[in-house]
Amino acid sequence: MKNLPADILKDFPSLHAMGTRAYLDSAASSLTPAPVLEAMDAYYLECRANVHRGMYRTSGEASERYEQSRAKIARFLNAAPEEIVFTRGATESLNLLAYALCKDFKQGDEVVVTEMEHHANLVPWQQMAARYGFALKAIPVKPDFTLDMDAARALIGPKTKLVSVAHASNVLGTINPVKEIAALARAVGALCVVDAAQSVGHRRVDARGIGCDFLAFSGHKMLGPTGIGVLYGRKALLEAMDPFQFGGDMIREVSLEKSTWNDVPWKFEAGTPNIAGAIGLGAAVDYLEGVGLEAIEAHERALTAYAIGKISSIPGVRVIGPVEGERVGAVAFDLPGMHPHDLVTLLDREGVSVRGGHHCAMPLHEKLGLPGTGRASLHLYNDEKDIDLLAMALAKAKAVMQL
Amino acid sequence: MEDELYRENILDHYKHPRNAGRLEHATLSARELNPTCGDSIDLTLKLDACDRVEDVKFEGRGCAVSMASVSLLTERIKGRPLAEVMALGERDILALLGIEVGPMRMKCAMLSLRTLKTALDSKD
Repeated sequence: MKNLPADILKDFPSLHAMGTRAYLDSAASSLTPAPVLEAMDAYYLECRANVHRGMYRTSGEASERYEQSRAKIARFLNAAPEEIVFTRGATESLNLLAYALCKDFKQGDEVVVTEMEHHANLVPWQQMAARYGFALKAIPVKPDFTLDMDAARALIGPKTKLVSVAHASNVLGTINPVKEIAALARAVGALCVVDAAQSVGHRRVDARGIGCDFLAFSGHKMLGPTGIGVLYGRKALLEAMDPFQFGGDMIREVSLEKSTWNDVPWKFEAGTPNIAGAIGLGAAVDYLEGVGLEAIEAHERALTAYAIGKISSIPGVRVIGPVEGERVGAVAFDLPGMHPHDLVTLLDREGVSVRGGHHCAMPLHEKLGLPGTGRASLHLYNDEKDIDLLAMALAKAKAVMQL
Repeated sequence: MEDELYRENILDHYKHPRNAGRLEHATLSARELNPTCGDSIDLTLKLDACDRVEDVKFEGRGCAVSMASVSLLTERIKGRPLAEVMALGERDILALLGIEVGPMRMKCAMLSLRTLKTALDSKD
């Protein structure tokens, strides 16, 4: 762990408590460091009141912590606080966009995604396409597990209304050229959405720098709590959009006949939000900034290379994803003769937690001709020891299955 | 290596499934999926004039538990009267497998039964 403080594991009490020897499923959900838990506890113990409503001291304190967290996230993404909408997670962020934007699309219009999308960035668009009659197109994945950018340039054209792509694939680990894709979208007057669920917290993500219109991610994959996520949107666009949900806090004035809407971002936060979750997410940002995004990225890059080397060296095992170049630490692999579910069960017996299956990316697995894959995925608390354990457990699993 | 879940019998059925394939002129058929694993079973059955399972075949992809389960089930029902086949339940599947199946793997073990029930339900 050359790039990170040697005692970083002490910040992750659940690792020890769960009895897991190697937690390698951070692409599904990351562990939560103690300062995040403490920040949420502090809200519940010190100012447990609703936000934006109470005219008393503790409600003011809760509102302040909630909005401070929004400001931290804005700085973290190089955005303004009013461009940060709290949601339940990346899935809700993307659904918000699909509901708010697609009703203006019609037959003849096109929305472009990629073949490597997580279902969260595919199904909302697909369902809206069926509802409003526009077409959904997918940028193909090449045999080297990167996007076919020639095809992207051909697909993104005058009919395109919106392009929504993953920043990093949760299966392949591929990092997509989102800046270039955002520029292609802008050139034809289309909106650009980036699903950054697998990149935020692993490297510096600069929403303005990418040049996209919207960016979505989940708190629980970036050391934050579950049930909180973010939608970044350019202010002018958020202001022009209709609300996604209606209720308290998102209104300005209500009569029995009609209502007017609150300013952004509150226009998109109907009802009492996940206050503790938002505060915890702010603490997660502080924690990540404290360690340093550059150090985290360097650590994960080195460890990913180590993992790819170790996994590929086991006879019969094939890494499904780019083995070199720009990528994140989600490493999928195939072991013919061993179904992913058997693999997960056998690895679990050795205290190694990995995910098996299609990882919410069925069309990608269909394209690859695989019913599923195993996947080891990293975060800053993993080290070479975890990978060595994984390799040992894989060899044992092969022996049990007589491979 | 000794292993309870992955016993010789289970691995044998997984690696050498019995009654694999698809019947051309099936009386009953069904396809069931297990969305969390992406497993699938396509089951085809042929009943004779006396409502006996004259033949049965399956195509499937899945883990050792789900594939051994369906392979064993096809052996169990071949040649048996429909009434007996319809009475089969979870306990019978577990008895066929002869292993401890934990809650995490029950869905895998029962995909075969679920497919069989769907096929039987398609009979008028």
